[in-house]
Amino acid sequence: MMRLERRTHVPLHLVAIAPLAAIFIALLLAAGLIAAAGVSPLTAYGEMLNGAFGSRLSIAEMLTRATPLIFTGLAAAVAFRARLWNIGGEGQFFVGALITAWIGHSLGVPGWIGIPILMLAGMAAGAALLAGPAFLRLRFGVDEVVTTLLLNFIVILFVGLMIEGPMRDPLAFGWPSSVPVDGEYHLPDLIPRTRLHIGLLVAIAAAGAVWLILARTVFGAETRAAGLNASAAAFAGVSLPQTIMGVALLSGALAGLAGSVEVMGVTAGVTTTMSPGFGYAGIVVAMLAALHPAGVVAAAVFVATVFVGADAMSRATGVPSFIADVIVALCLLTMIVALLFTTYRMRR
Amino acid sequence: MTKVLELIGITKRFGTLTANDDVTLTLAEGEILALLGENGAGKTTLMNILFGHYAADEGSVRVFGQELPPGLPRATIEVGVGMVHQHFTLAGNLTVLENVMLGSEPLTRARSARGEARKKLLQIADRFGLPVNPEAKVRSLSVGERQRVEILKALYRDARILILDEPTAVLARPEAMRLFETLRDMTKEGLSLIFISHKLHEVMAASDRVAVLRGGKMVAERKTSETTPGELAELMVGRKVERPVRQDHEIGAPVLIASDVRVEEDGELRLDDVSFAVHAGEILGIVGVSGNGQSSLGGLLSGLIHPNAGQLTLLNEDIGHLGPRGMIRAGAGRVPEDRHAEGVVGELSLWENAVLERLRTPEFSHRGFVRQRAARDYTAGLIERFDIRGASPDTRTRLLSGGNMQKLILGRVLTNGPRFVLANQPTRGLDEGAIASVHAELLAARSEGAAILLISEELEEAVALSDRVQAIVKGRLSEPISADDADPQRLGLMMAGVWKEDDDAA
Repeated sequence: MMRLERRTHVPLHLVAIAPLAAIFIALLLAAGLIAAAGVSPLTAYGEMLNGAFGSRLSIAEMLTRATPLIFTGLAAAVAFRARLWNIGGEGQFFVGALITAWIGHSLGVPGWIGIPILMLAGMAAGAALLAGPAFLRLRFGVDEVVTTLLLNFIVILFVGLMIEGPMRDPLAFGWPSSVPVDGEYHLPDLIPRTRLHIGLLVAIAAAGAVWLILARTVFGAETRAAGLNASAAAFAGVSLPQTIMGVALLSGALAGLAGSVEVMGVTAGVTTTMSPGFGYAGIVVAMLAALHPAGVVAAAVFVATVFVGADAMSRATGVPSFIADVIVALCLLTMIVALLFTTYRMRR
Repeated sequence: MTKVLELIGITKRFGTLTANDDVTLTLAEGEILALLGENGAGKTTLMNILFGHYAADEGSVRVFGQELPPGLPRATIEVGVGMVHQHFTLAGNLTVLENVMLGSEPLTRARSARGEARKKLLQIADRFGLPVNPEAKVRSLSVGERQRVEILKALYRDARILILDEPTAVLARPEAMRLFETLRDMTKEGLSLIFISHKLHEVMAASDRVAVLRGGKMVAERKTSETTPGELAELMVGRKVERPVRQDHEIGAPVLIASDVRVEEDGELRLDDVSFAVHAGEILGIVGVSGNGQSSLGGLLSGLIHPNAGQLTLLNEDIGHLGPRGMIRAGAGRVPEDRHAEGVVGELSLWENAVLERLRTPEFSHRGFVRQRAARDYTAGLIERFDIRGASPDTRTRLLSGGNMQKLILGRVLTNGPRFVLANQPTRGLDEGAIASVHAELLAARSEGAAILLISEELEEAVALSDRVQAIVKGRLSEPISADDADPQRLGLMMAGVWKEDDDAA
């Protein structure tokens, strides 16, 4: 008979190995599907790696894709640590993007002041969107998984409404796109002649800031206590409503910032297809990172590799690029199983 | 007498820890054997080996002369051994009958034999004096009734040897005494019993024979009639342990005053116009059978529950609506009823728990950043001052034993120099050594002039520590009596709700 026994101490090497093992097993499982499509998995994964790391351009493209994932991954990690189940990263991403395009189209101030203003606007929009579900949970006990998830669809439909109507770009030749942000507010390139922009540095700085907040501040300590044992935290005088609301604002702001940076760095205008599920993938990123901010950066690079590499693989081998979504989703499942083994051990 | 059960030379190691070291134990037919030992002495491990939850590294188990295969609970059940766990394993949304039947029916049978099962259950219940309503949902039962269901579950599977792990941990004193009477009657029906305990008075009251475990070794076996609580305590702890004694001293002015406080929760009246005053340098004991309003009183004095009517003042400041943070700031120290659920965050380090109540004070934070150095130094001081064993400031708190965890909580409360201290069931589940140190700390705080309210279900504890005692019954408080006048009969009457009421005779 096998039994699961709780570990008294989780050794550090397990913390590092768990996501790697999870990724390995997810790739192994996906290999079956690739083989079923008639392609050697090794060839396919080789093409995938090549597509993400094969050239200066592909690395830049991969990092461009990783940038919003770092933000949405941080958003999920911050929320999940406090047991606030923010599944609404996608919606917060879009409101951040939308408000950036809307204000940024005709702000009329120089770039060096306009860009921070637009970022703050995106953050405020994302934060406001999550504040609603957080309030409903605190006041009426409404499950935020449901509210945040459903808000995603509402927001995307709203974006559709805006870009077909009031914010329609008349110069887009009928493509459904919003008006673009003013050229003043395009984020400078990080590597010339690629799409990679300084948003990546902002994202890495955000990861550092989040780490600092969680690990070193009173707010971070209270958040951790409230997430791990809410009644003990409340007994010790931690205000749970304040903590949950603070976490909601931070998490929503990070996801909103993802949208804002994506608009200023990459797309200029908002379209309903600008996100290949950055919000949802952020959840996977956070889980693979074991909710650690530094891990989020690494996990975002991995997920971006799968996304960008899968396109290249698809072109070279004919395996549909949807395999990327399968791999990312499998990673979430295998990571959850891996986490079970880091907290528990098998015993006979 | 015939031996029904033999454990021979059992040794079990977990890594470097030897939980059982060459333990030999026998049980005779119709006997009640108490297995006595402190937390961590290896009692539960030994019973888990007997029951097949663990496989022993060395040694063997014989039941009715037949050797059991190691590590097979089902085999143990089949030869007639039943176990009643300390933490019940019942499904609350099922009925008593369904819980009893669960697992004893083959899955492959199409129709469950409810009728027969019901008849058998009622028969057993009648024979062993354990009345139940088979159709009641377990969720709606009291703790004592749930335990009865656990016992019935074992008997339903034709257990002839019953093992009870800390059966009274969740019971109030009268319920516990009733349980022991029932157990005694059950032996007349041919059952043999082992019960695990660390409470001396229970062992003395209910067993025929006592086996004492210490540090995984069997250190002594005694006939209960030929030993004394003092001898058993010494055998159990390995040295002489004496609980500290309260010294008479000057009692000061009232510190915490409750006047006509009424508390309702979920529309039910929990505290019915209670009034009391705790004075500086005094311990006021609140005794009562569990579930009579102690939890609400604890919640009220922790700041988690607010009074619906009446006033609660601490040094003339109205504290009824301050909440936990405000209470702490006003000078209240609070020891919660359940240290795992409310006392500490198990996954956090000792230092994080030690300063959690005061993170926002300048001592432990500066401009919103935690002063980790100061917090660790403070915690190192607590560890030394309160003798918290086997831990450093960065140890994860859930790794502490119950006693050490309680010392951490006491340390966090008492180093603040509180004017008022709530000690809610401060020694529940602790072993003799830890109880003595908790008592010493509370008495030291009393000497320093703190006003202490002690809520306890242990009468000996309440009488030994308190200057005055009040009983709580159905949310009402008796008039206080001096602890010197508190003999067991009088307290028993008070706890049953018999006291002079001058205000209303309703």
